[in-house]
Amino acid sequence: MKLTVRIWRQAGPDAPGRMVEYPVDNISTDMSFLEMLDVLNEQLILRGEQPVAFDHDCREGICGSCGVVINGRAHGPEQTTTCQLHMRAFHDGDVVDVEPWRAKAFPIIKDLVVDRSAFDRIIQSGGYITAPTGSAPEAHSTPVPKPAADEAFDNATCIGCGACVAACPNGSATLFTSAKVTHLNLLPQGQPEREQRVLDMIETMDDEGFGGCTNSGECVASCPKGIPFASIANLNREFLHASRAPRR
Amino acid sequence: MLDYTVGEPLVDTKAPTGAIEGRWDQRKFEAKLVNPANRRKHRVIVVGTGLAGGSAGATLAEQGYHVIQFCFQDSPRRAHSVAAQGGINEAKNYRNDGDSVHRLFYDTVKGGDFRSRESNVYRLSQVSVEIIDQAVAQGVPFAREYGGLLDTRSFGGVQVQRTFYARGQTGQQLLIGAYQALSRQIDAGNVEIHPRTEMLDLIVIDGKARGIVARDLVTGQVETHLADAVVLASGGYGNVFYLSTNAKGSNASAIWRAHKRGAYLANPCYTQIHPTCIPRSGEHQSKLTLMSESLRNDGRIWVPKQQGDTRPPNEIPEDERDYYLERIYPSFGNLVPRDIASRAAKNQCDAGNGVGPGGLGVYLDFADAIKRLGRQAIEAKYGNLFDMYARITAENPYQVPMRIYPAIHYTMGGLWVDYDLQSTVPGLFVIGEANFSDHGANRLGASALMQGLADGYFVLPTTVNDYIARGGLTEVGTDHPVVTQVESEVSGRLAKLLSINGTRTVDSFHRELGSLLWDHCGMARNADGLRKALGRIPELREEFWRSVKVPGTGEELNQELEKANRVADFLEFGELMLLDALSREESCGGHFREEHQTPDGEAQRDDENFSHVSAWEYRGEDQSPVLHKESLDFDYVHPTQRSYT
Repeated sequence: MKLTVRIWRQAGPDAPGRMVEYPVDNISTDMSFLEMLDVLNEQLILRGEQPVAFDHDCREGICGSCGVVINGRAHGPEQTTTCQLHMRAFHDGDVVDVEPWRAKAFPIIKDLVVDRSAFDRIIQSGGYITAPTGSAPEAHSTPVPKPAADEAFDNATCIGCGACVAACPNGSATLFTSAKVTHLNLLPQGQPEREQRVLDMIETMDDEGFGGCTNSGECVASCPKGIPFASIANLNREFLHASRAPRR
Repeated sequence: MLDYTVGEPLVDTKAPTGAIEGRWDQRKFEAKLVNPANRRKHRVIVVGTGLAGGSAGATLAEQGYHVIQFCFQDSPRRAHSVAAQGGINEAKNYRNDGDSVHRLFYDTVKGGDFRSRESNVYRLSQVSVEIIDQAVAQGVPFAREYGGLLDTRSFGGVQVQRTFYARGQTGQQLLIGAYQALSRQIDAGNVEIHPRTEMLDLIVIDGKARGIVARDLVTGQVETHLADAVVLASGGYGNVFYLSTNAKGSNASAIWRAHKRGAYLANPCYTQIHPTCIPRSGEHQSKLTLMSESLRNDGRIWVPKQQGDTRPPNEIPEDERDYYLERIYPSFGNLVPRDIASRAAKNQCDAGNGVGPGGLGVYLDFADAIKRLGRQAIEAKYGNLFDMYARITAENPYQVPMRIYPAIHYTMGGLWVDYDLQSTVPGLFVIGEANFSDHGANRLGASALMQGLADGYFVLPTTVNDYIARGGLTEVGTDHPVVTQVESEVSGRLAKLLSINGTRTVDSFHRELGSLLWDHCGMARNADGLRKALGRIPELREEFWRSVKVPGTGEELNQELEKANRVADFLEFGELMLLDALSREESCGGHFREEHQTPDGEAQRDDENFSHVSAWEYRGEDQSPVLHKESLDFDYVHPTQRSYT
């Protein structure tokens, strides 16, 4: 398969960027999208050019490192991670545009690599249950109803890739934040910090420069882990509840 | 060819003597303590944020230490522990099925083919019960029964149901638990986190580990960080084979640099090859993907009887198929342990019966299970795995058999540590997959998560406390001559890599090294092959330093430079791995020497001559390494020959 890829090249955070066109040849349909970029990079290096920088690590869809906008969609035409997108989703002769996540809260470091540390700071502000090592009660002393455990799990599968932010017309991190709030607030262990958690996480989310949520649902359509839309409604409910609760 | 000499045996492991049940309690009581108010004056470096590093960093910070933590990924949440699928073993005996600390201990020592240290394994089993409590308190969403209690399942090689799980994402969920605990400490100012920063060397002053030299991967700046103790939680070295189930960034540089600064490296030839991975599809392949061991409960493994049979699998009649595991191992069938299943697949492919591209694959067929249980039942059990397989191969495993082939998955070897998880360099602690400690020559499924968290949450915090309390640490600054020296060595090496400007890419060297090691030090090894590879590695290394091409500069994000650094270390590490495999003239667990097999082709241990840990000492670039043996004594679990026929 022969393709033309047009890739966003930007030498550094403050350098100007532009789309650069590259032909790629001998692409097998069994390759992953990242393996196609590997092939291109190997050619660029041998030609004495700078290879395209992109984040990746596990290449099996679980670490959340990879993620680029492909033909205008976060992670490309299928609802999966970029590393699990295979070239059979494309056709011979296609022109494929590849861009980094674009959001105010995710500044570009180089080419397709962005800084997503704002996500870490949202978690640091409240996305945990305080349980210092050694203080835990016997595991079976806290039964959790299966439906709550399953729903908590569904939300806990978020891999923090940032596709939701990239897909959102407002650059909002609401789906990401809602997944963590829903996971922890559903569980009995999460109750003592329930209100403070949602207030602190939303405050950090706003401070980091993420946009507001207008329920457009683009995040859900791009989420490789299928975090449910309902979690956003849940976040709003938790926030309302916490805002009205007496301050501790 | 690299040769070696034999040095003094390693005698003192610091494990208390006495009844095995009381050893850990005794060690904890004897360990000195640091006054809580004084702990914040002490700095501890932790390299890595996986299950071991994440849990260690969070716990040390909770205790009051000032923790400085590093990961090469952009966030501590991405360490490769995240990819573990199956589950975590704990001796809770919630099933009332006869499990106990002693049984978990017994299974682990036996599963390791009698090449692990009894004291360590017993402690691992003891603290396992606390791990599940800790994870549940953090909100880790384990699978539950309708009554609200935790569900468990069975895993390879054991007869109890002691494996706790969170669908096929147990590693992810446990890692997120540790990451959240760590995040809380970052917010509290007790942990100074350095993401996108890679350790490039160890600072040893007056014989003690006092810091690391690390490179900020975004700015390229090389900086020294000093501390009272250094903890390596940098994972395994499976990527020395290029193709493995490890993440692309997983590397051996942290442990290899520590080795070159004095830490002994133990049993590097113990590598685990997982039998059920998706075969490679071509030259472009960048990594391999695991399909959970649980599939062997319902899938039947077979190859065509006729060599080079090109018919589609569904057109090959029943009597022309060889269900070789069921034929050779009638009592265990498709559920033989990992090492046995991997080797059997290799034998079939070597004999020309393999299927798929290059004949490197065997079928894992669910047709009988679907006929017996219905498609829905199979979908409920394995749906996510079937989807993953279909996405990667574009084949529908409900209709055609899966093709699988073994792949490097885990490394049991690592830096040698004593009972305190301290290496031969005082103040340098090594935890998780980076050390050699608990799995012997073969790891049981669902035990890696257990070990990483046992080390990080429960063992290390006690022993680091003891080390720091014993004092004797002088004040050192970044102007110390050792710091200046190591920094200039690191910068010099980076500059050299950038200056070669040759004709071959880093990946091309890595692929060549990987296939050399896979051919001669993979599922089966023999003296001739090992010698041949030992002869080839120095040539390859020389060629690397002469003709590698690393574009760009050192003062920017330069992913090729990162890779070049790691591959340069793999080119040295691989040589020691081969030497270790050559010197261990027996077969045990994942290390199969063709010269040492029983008449029916099974691994033949030699307890008389090889019941020891091989710990290697680095003596310098042109010097032979020195082999120090730690003798293994089995007072509680007596070595037997494993048989599965």
